Amino acid sequence: MSAQTSMESRADPTQSRSRQLVLRIAALRAWLFLALLLIFFEIWSRISYGQTFLFSSYNAQSIAIFAVAPLLLALGSTFVIISGGIDLSVGFIMGLAAVIAAHATNLAGQSLPPFAAMLVGIVAGLVVALGPGFVNGVLISKLKVPPFIGTLGMFGVARGVAFLLAGGTTVPVSNEWFAALGNGRFLGFPVVVIITILFVLLMHYVLSQTRFGQHTYAIGANEQAAIRAGINVPRHIRKLYLLSALCAGLGGVLYAARFTAGAAQAGEPLLLDSIAAVVIGGASLFGGSGTILGTVAGALVIAVIQYGLVFINVEPFWQFVAVGVVIIISVLVDQTQRKLGGDR
Amino acid sequence: MSVQSQLQSQEPILDIRSVSKRFGGVEALKGVSMALYPGEVVALAGDNGAGKSTLIKTISGVYGADGGEIRFAGEAVRFATPEAARAHGIETIYQDLALADNLTIGANIFLGREPMRRLFGFLPVLDRPAMAKAAKETMARLDFHVNRLDAPVGRFSGGQRQAVAIGRAIYWNARVLIMDEPTAALGVPEQRKVVSLIQNLKAQGRAIIFISHNLQDIFAVADRIVVLRRGTLAGERKITDTNPDEIVKLMVGG
Repeated sequence: MSAQTSMESRADPTQSRSRQLVLRIAALRAWLFLALLLIFFEIWSRISYGQTFLFSSYNAQSIAIFAVAPLLLALGSTFVIISGGIDLSVGFIMGLAAVIAAHATNLAGQSLPPFAAMLVGIVAGLVVALGPGFVNGVLISKLKVPPFIGTLGMFGVARGVAFLLAGGTTVPVSNEWFAALGNGRFLGFPVVVIITILFVLLMHYVLSQTRFGQHTYAIGANEQAAIRAGINVPRHIRKLYLLSALCAGLGGVLYAARFTAGAAQAGEPLLLDSIAAVVIGGASLFGGSGTILGTVAGALVIAVIQYGLVFINVEPFWQFVAVGVVIIISVLVDQTQRKLGGDR
Repeated sequence: MSVQSQLQSQEPILDIRSVSKRFGGVEALKGVSMALYPGEVVALAGDNGAGKSTLIKTISGVYGADGGEIRFAGEAVRFATPEAARAHGIETIYQDLALADNLTIGANIFLGREPMRRLFGFLPVLDRPAMAKAAKETMARLDFHVNRLDAPVGRFSGGQRQAVAIGRAIYWNARVLIMDEPTAALGVPEQRKVVSLIQNLKAQGRAIIFISHNLQDIFAVADRIVVLRRGTLAGERKITDTNPDEIVKLMVGG
């Protein structure tokens, strides 16, 4: 939270100016990482290829498209992680939604015009994604299953069901509207990027400006306090896992549109990337902190690392090393910030 | 009772009449009576297991009484839940404070009932300026002057956090505050600050039940001491008529 950086007060004379500065920088660390990475790749690109990295619209768009799917998963995970939970099932909920969207679009296409068939596919993908999200919420809020275990179970269930429905292969979609959704442009910008930006703004609003967001922070910091304040915590937790599943569902639908095919393994590599984006973005896995804008920066950091290393011809496996190092640095900065800030 | 006779002109805000409570075979409260007047601080003392906790939980709606009667502002009441007690203006401030450390003072005061405003005339957003303003005013009423209205309460000291918890109660017009060991987890300067906080609340005409093991604190702020022993009233003394030795004797019996 930006609020965490404001320190000056009579009430707390122990806060020195240098500490304030450190805290201010720590709060923005994801954006700082991003800036450093971009500077690094820009310099490298100019020296080695004599051309710009960042100011090429091709590169910028590729990075944005790269970031879309992990970012969508990470948006939902931001809420869940702030509340002190974790959702491991998002990757396969995304795959399930992709397969369902592909099947439903094809099926509806037999009797409906292509545009209507696409809408049926989108709605089907999103609605089916809510199923595992609902089960996650009930397991965690009513049956008191730890989020790690409950969503790990749903990870397996969604994975199996998605592969069964896809028949162990990918499900191609033939629908020009659906393909346009995934690969088209509007005013020169990729449609998937525009949709994602709109969704980011919506989630930022919900987390930072509504009671729902405020209660999410409160539950993550002190569940007892939230209960005593009259907040219906179990119901709130169910909504959080539904939201997480909805974000994963949207990721799946956009994946199916972009590749004009649904694949059960669509989100498989994205689970860890999305959690990493949330953590790099400043959220604590203990709950209580994190922001949407931080998560956006975290997702961009990962996308820039992945795309940039390919761009400068480094063996792709170095991506894992680089992302891992950034996560560790990020957590270390977080802990230092906590110590300085006197948070418990 | 002689102790109460001087206050008899006023109606008690809280009147507990031979309340009893049993858990299975254990009689935790065996007909305890006590009264609480506006602007009065009553310390509830007693050894572990004397029934202090059971008594305050019965008052605050956590437990239902098995026998006896609780009258609030002259009316017989039965609180089914802590929310019902709170709605009448009986607020309990727990030892562990029940604050969300990552939220501001204002957000804690309004937690669960946040005010909203409309941005550009249509978009509902949290009314942070109103929360900050209420926080500043409420804390000023407690003689805590804070400038850092946008800092999370986790950054504040134990005594300041205690003040925030009390501030939340008084913002919502609590008439009776039940404080469970409010000084237990604090350092000495902070304990003093909480003691002066209680004196401040008393001056505002609020009634306070104050549980403490610290006889020094009790003698510093309480008007009366009610001593429980094994679920019964062991004694009740005006603070000016007693001394710590007598209270200890009442607590342990004999």
